[in-house]
Amino acid sequence: MYSEKVMDHFSNPRNVGEIENANAVGEVGNAKCGDIMKIYMDIQDNVIKDVKFKTFGCGAAIATSSMATEMVKGKTVDEALSLTNKAVMEALDGLPKEKIHCSVLAEEAIQSAINDYKKRNGEAPAENKCDFCCQKCNDVKND
Amino acid sequence: MNSVYMDNNATTSMKKEVLDAMIPYYTDIYGNASSKFYKIGRDAEQALYKMRESVAKSIGAANVNEIYFTGSGCEADNWAIKGIAFANSKKGNHIITTKIEHHAILSACEYLEKHGFEVTYLDVDEYGIVSAQAVEDAITDNTILISVMTANNEIGSIEPIKEIAEIAKRHKVIFHTDAVQAIGHMKINVSELGVDMLSLSAHKFHGPKGVGMLYIRNGVRIDNLIHGGGQERGKRAATENLAGIAGLAKALEIAVKDLDENTAHMRKMRDRLIEGIRKNIPYCRLNGPDDDRRLCNNVNFSFQYVEGESILMMLDMKGIAASSGSACASGSLDPSHVLIAIGLPHEIAHGSLRLSVGEDTTEEEVDYVIETLPPIIQRLRDMSPLYEGVEKGDN
Repeated sequence: MYSEKVMDHFSNPRNVGEIENANAVGEVGNAKCGDIMKIYMDIQDNVIKDVKFKTFGCGAAIATSSMATEMVKGKTVDEALSLTNKAVMEALDGLPKEKIHCSVLAEEAIQSAINDYKKRNGEAPAENKCDFCCQKCNDVKND
Repeated sequence: MNSVYMDNNATTSMKKEVLDAMIPYYTDIYGNASSKFYKIGRDAEQALYKMRESVAKSIGAANVNEIYFTGSGCEADNWAIKGIAFANSKKGNHIITTKIEHHAILSACEYLEKHGFEVTYLDVDEYGIVSAQAVEDAITDNTILISVMTANNEIGSIEPIKEIAEIAKRHKVIFHTDAVQAIGHMKINVSELGVDMLSLSAHKFHGPKGVGMLYIRNGVRIDNLIHGGGQERGKRAATENLAGIAGLAKALEIAVKDLDENTAHMRKMRDRLIEGIRKNIPYCRLNGPDDDRRLCNNVNFSFQYVEGESILMMLDMKGIAASSGSACASGSLDPSHVLIAIGLPHEIAHGSLRLSVGEDTTEEEVDYVIETLPPIIQRLRDMSPLYEGVEKGDN
């Protein structure tokens, strides 16, 4: 069902935890849908010095959180913002169709943390790229 | 421990005696039971009669010709629902069932709704039990069928079948019960229960996959689901799967013979598991009844702040096979309809884990699960943003 890379990132997730004095925190998802991702970042001079995550969700949700945090660590804010769910999926050697939304969630989580950072610095947030592939979650949010 | 199988509600291992009973119908007596003009065909026909007789005896049917073999429990359920609906549509168009039935029943009912039938899906209580009174209250002049499962496959709740059968009889409504999970786990006698129809599936009680049965009391009018030849008294076409039926009959015979011993053992294993989990894992909830209304082999817990598929994956890494009602585990976006029906919020339903023991489950295996599960739950909780506040509150 899952690729070896997904299994590796699920069983040994990188960057799990919190950052005590994070200057960027983002949370996306919904417990009702079954997945929540929370990202903590320490951003210095526009560079993501450290990043940690906490995720409630399935194997793919944990693996995409792990991979996405790996991919943005040490990158500039703009580089991190250009991270796509597709890139996360490719880095994990693919995901089953019904788990694609997990990679979307990872992309949104990174974006949400960076927008928090921008907000704290009085900058305009980046545009939400979510295409609501997970229609159900969208419905739940509108309950 | 290499592998611990804790998913006996999904399927069971097949017994050696069952396999031995099947082999001759693949090797020697391979004749078609409908080909009566030569010996090997007649041998098959006679063997089939004996198997039917054995099944009738095992479930307490009054007549051998009330036993109809099918290709699965799912087919038996579909046939019961659609066959009764279409055969009795002139009498009425109303069907009563519950919200916690297997999808074989629910999806068949939803299909009928598209064809002019009306279906009442009854609520269940927090333990997953439907009230017989609610069934009676739902009956109208148009009601042609009531279908309530004997025991639930996810949370093990045992339904008041005998009471519902009495109500159905009083109101002259046909009553079907899906006993797929119940056979081998509790005493089932169709005459004592008073049901008109009952479905079962061989692979749930150590028989082969791909063979089931529908008991239809004589006098019940039912349309065919599968049209074709004259097999099964013209009611279910297809060359009989003789080897499969032999396996079903043998497995059922053993299940009935060893019922008391097996259920006592499974109950013991189940209770050990429930107690061990409760003692070692905080913030958990047993789903389903906590008394004798629970199937002897079913354990279902929700663990707060974690998601079911992750639990399954981590258990698998430790060699434990289990199942979950979480949306992710089912490949859909919604958690189990059964867990929602008993009133669990979505987030609690997502964290469900079903462990179902079998007659061959050992104490060592149960203890291995009790030892392995708590660190897995803790590891996932430590990773969960929902657990953050709880953790801090604890300190």
